[in-house]
Amino acid sequence: MGGLIKSSIARKVAMALSGLFLVFFLLQHFTINFTSIFSAETFNELSHFMGTNPLVQFVLQPVLIFGVIFHFVMGFILEIKNKNARAVKYAKYNGGANASWMSRNMIYSGLVVLAFLGLHFYDFWVPEMVHKYVEFAPEDPSRYYHELLEKFVSPVRTGLYVLSFVFLALHLWHGFASSFQSVGFNNKYSVGATKFAKAFAIAIPLGFIIIAVVLHLNHNH
Amino acid sequence: MNLTLKIWRQKDAKSQGKMVDYQISGIEGDMSFLEMLDVLNEDLINKGEEPVVFDHDCREGICGSCSLQINGEPHGPDRLITTCQLHMRKFNDGDTIYIEPFRAKAFPVVKDLMVDRSAFDRIQHAGGYISVNTSGNTIDANAIPVNKENADDAFAAATCIGCGACVAACKNASAMLFTSAKVSQYALLPQGQVEATERVLAMVNQMDEEGFGNCTNTGACEIECPKGISLENIARMNREYLKASVKG
Repeated sequence: MGGLIKSSIARKVAMALSGLFLVFFLLQHFTINFTSIFSAETFNELSHFMGTNPLVQFVLQPVLIFGVIFHFVMGFILEIKNKNARAVKYAKYNGGANASWMSRNMIYSGLVVLAFLGLHFYDFWVPEMVHKYVEFAPEDPSRYYHELLEKFVSPVRTGLYVLSFVFLALHLWHGFASSFQSVGFNNKYSVGATKFAKAFAIAIPLGFIIIAVVLHLNHNH
Repeated sequence: MNLTLKIWRQKDAKSQGKMVDYQISGIEGDMSFLEMLDVLNEDLINKGEEPVVFDHDCREGICGSCSLQINGEPHGPDRLITTCQLHMRKFNDGDTIYIEPFRAKAFPVVKDLMVDRSAFDRIQHAGGYISVNTSGNTIDANAIPVNKENADDAFAAATCIGCGACVAACKNASAMLFTSAKVSQYALLPQGQVEATERVLAMVNQMDEEGFGNCTNTGACEIECPKGISLENIARMNREYLKASVKG
């Protein structure tokens, strides 16, 4: 078992599985957020459920946080190992001739997404935790939409969210499709699966961008 | 054709190397890249300088000896060829060409452009074989029926010449394509099944021990491989490895 944990393939599979888990979470997060641009009531109901359901709060939330931490810590470990595998750099390295920019720069797109998570936690998760588990404030099921809208008043913050979603798209463009290969899935269905993954990589971040921009405009009108 | 060559010169494994500029003239388009280096070396010898050391053997794309990172790509800008099959017509008069050894911690430089690729041999030794009784009563391999598709895939994997271009191209210096080709050529055939579990575990373990990087699925190895070894082999090795790990 010790050998398995150290093995390059096991680590690669672990990266893929944690990434797939986060992709699944992203879809769920997007679905709830998307309701905010056409129905504040639905958004409030869903947010109230997610914010108060014990299974979501005390089981799924810790699993998600573990998944995020695992994915980026393992990403750093692999990046350091990979950098060490070529001690002397090439004087000329034409990486663009045989691999996409996205695939070669996952660490940078990932770092931008990680920085965004810091901002996102500061905006939503930390106040939510303080509200519920520090101040023990009484629950108001209609508070969520207004709190959300407040965050998108600033054009700078909205711009930062939009920029982060662009990097999320770049990260997903390689990461999602690549995870199939990592878990050993490469057969006649791979072309279709890759197309789906690439479409997802564009559609979901674009959807998040639309949500951020619409909320920003809603507040200003 | 007149060219400027920027070549990595390194006295031995322990010395610091550096890029050195050379001017070369009278190069014809029909010359191979290695013949161009032969011309350079003759010039250097005539001038009393030490010639550039580089690996080569068959000069017909079979042996996998010639390496060289040319203008940032293993075996140069062309596809599905080795350096000995690269012709100077791919370059233009006045070009500057960077020539470096394949770079990886697991491929230490021996001298100039020659690297030690024996890490590949050790991966192969770890499990890239089948145990067959060769005492005179060997069973004809063709006596065992093999699915045509599997036979073709095994043959395609077996065309890997172990040149190391996959490692040189990979931004992580990963040897996954090489190792997976060697695992696949046996995993796909009935003769390889008996030792399948031990083979993949031992070969991957050896690959990791040699200090190669991890695969991040950039696909650079497949593009630069002179034999067109497919990424499907890496997916197959991943499956084989996971299966073997569960079996123990």
